[in-house]
Amino acid sequence: MSTTPTTARSPVEMARAAGDTRLSVEQVSYAHSANPSQAPLFTLEATSFQAKPGEIVAILGPNASGKSTLLKLISGALAPLSGRILLDGFATNVLTPRTRAQRIAVVQQESPLLFPARAWQFVLQGRHAYGRSLRFESADDLQIAKNALAQVGAKELTDRWMEQLSGGEKQRVILARALAQQPLLLLLDEPTLHLDIAAQIGLLDVLRRLAAENRYTVVVVTHELNLAAEYADQVVLLQRGRCLRVGPPAGIYQRDLLEQVFQTPLSVEFTSSGRPRVAILPGS
Amino acid sequence: MRPLTLRRLVLQCSLLMAILFVVMVIALKFGAVPVSLYALGRDLLHVLIGQSSQISSDYGLIVINIRLPRILLGIIVGASLSVAGTSFQALLRNPLADPYVLGVSSGAALGAILALIAEPHLALAPEYAALLTPLGAFLGAIGTIAVVYLLGVREGQIDSSTLLLGGVITSSFLAAIIMFLMNTLSGNLRGFTYWVMGDLSTAPQKGVYWILVVGFFVAAGAIYTLASDLNLLLSGEKEAMHLGVDVPRVRLVVYVAASLLTGLAVSVSGAIGYIGLIVPHLMRFLFGSDHRVLIPTAALGGAIAVVFADTLARTVLAPNEIAVGAVTAVVGAPLFVYLLRRRLR
Repeated sequence: MSTTPTTARSPVEMARAAGDTRLSVEQVSYAHSANPSQAPLFTLEATSFQAKPGEIVAILGPNASGKSTLLKLISGALAPLSGRILLDGFATNVLTPRTRAQRIAVVQQESPLLFPARAWQFVLQGRHAYGRSLRFESADDLQIAKNALAQVGAKELTDRWMEQLSGGEKQRVILARALAQQPLLLLLDEPTLHLDIAAQIGLLDVLRRLAAENRYTVVVVTHELNLAAEYADQVVLLQRGRCLRVGPPAGIYQRDLLEQVFQTPLSVEFTSSGRPRVAILPGS
Repeated sequence: MRPLTLRRLVLQCSLLMAILFVVMVIALKFGAVPVSLYALGRDLLHVLIGQSSQISSDYGLIVINIRLPRILLGIIVGASLSVAGTSFQALLRNPLADPYVLGVSSGAALGAILALIAEPHLALAPEYAALLTPLGAFLGAIGTIAVVYLLGVREGQIDSSTLLLGGVITSSFLAAIIMFLMNTLSGNLRGFTYWVMGDLSTAPQKGVYWILVVGFFVAAGAIYTLASDLNLLLSGEKEAMHLGVDVPRVRLVVYVAASLLTGLAVSVSGAIGYIGLIVPHLMRFLFGSDHRVLIPTAALGGAIAVVFADTLARTVLAPNEIAVGAVTAVVGAPLFVYLLRRRLR
């Protein structure tokens, strides 16, 4: 295992050295192959971006562009082939699972629950990394779980069974569990998938408010062009494992570029707020 | 919110301990030879104060020397199988996982038989010889779960139906080998029914009880320290990892410990089926699926279930006995079908 020299320095020192940057993705690449002797099935070429506390970054691209792989690399679940990913100066893939869970929370497509659980039990799972393995939840843990549910506007769901919640309600409870981890970095993989438009907007509004109030750095994987345009401070545009552009949506939402990446005719307008808006042009 | 407290846990366990006590009294009283409660109490008292010679009733010796050891054996076997089942269900994310259904019990039985065959040729000191059968059973159990796991993995993911089929196939394959060994070798091997159906009628030597008790507390204790991790594993391995669970370490510890529990139980009682299926489901229904509660209640519930089933096995056709595994299978197999249908819906 290669440890970067930076892991030896204290986080405070590193944060200072890095200025205001919390997440730093530096020339990160990855290759996935079914077995080591074969040519890789999928590669992610060198990708770099930085994010500050309170910022929302959208990783955007069509299917199989490497969005989820990049998110897994950032979460530390995968180790990069080259380059490094630093969170407050620490490489994310060398942290212990416990330390990682105290700093990085991941909201992903959930596996179905095997046995029923209530929403509050589910949210309390977020406190796991803070306790010894066999113990009873402290009053603090309960308060933090309550606050997390309140923050996502899901207080009234506290005693409901998870399996009886609607898609949007469930996604809020999953987000509350992530908040209960008290992370620095919040990673979301297609959080609006399967949600109706009101639930999508509701979730992203909550996310924007949380990022601003609690200074979370948020990274969202999505292929919803307009939601990314509206909510993201930065967009990382990927296509077939290559990072094409990084920057604010206004600079990246160019008609030719998006048409080429998403392989479909589009038009781009700018709203009065200065955010781009994409319309599809079917059959042309 | 109604979080788990130590008080509630102790209360639930005390309730089960009381039930276990009642079942033990029933098991002592009933059998081919009935004993009055008064004589039973008097004889047990004499044993407790160390005056076994004072045992008065004609049947006192039956109760103390035959029924009591058998009941203690049932308690430890039941607790072991039930905790093993609970662990396999969490690890494999499969509510139908059970040491018997997965073929782990058959693997342990084969391991124990091979150890019994090898024992005379090894010239071990008696204290080590007593360890050989449980060790063989443990190795048989852990080898089988590894094979069944590999059979059940497709493209890096456990496929639950394939896993169960793999268990059933492995189990019948191992039963065939056991049958073969039974017919080609004789000696101090107990019968085919003993190993494949399970039987508590032959009490082991005193030293073996200590191996069982220490083994149970070490293995079940190791699993219990990971109770919260198992709760998170139920949400999926990826999720558990992101919530701070060291998934490979938890998996290793729990697989080894659950195999040890299965091996210990099978080495002294053969493959009693479905305890690891029936009891954890009943306890989940009664007390919820939090492993901090589920593991101790499943242990007590398993003890109750096996002692009760064995009492039925002794008394229903008295003076003939049926294998205790036949009693548990009569209850367990329909439950398995019910759970399978519910899951497929």
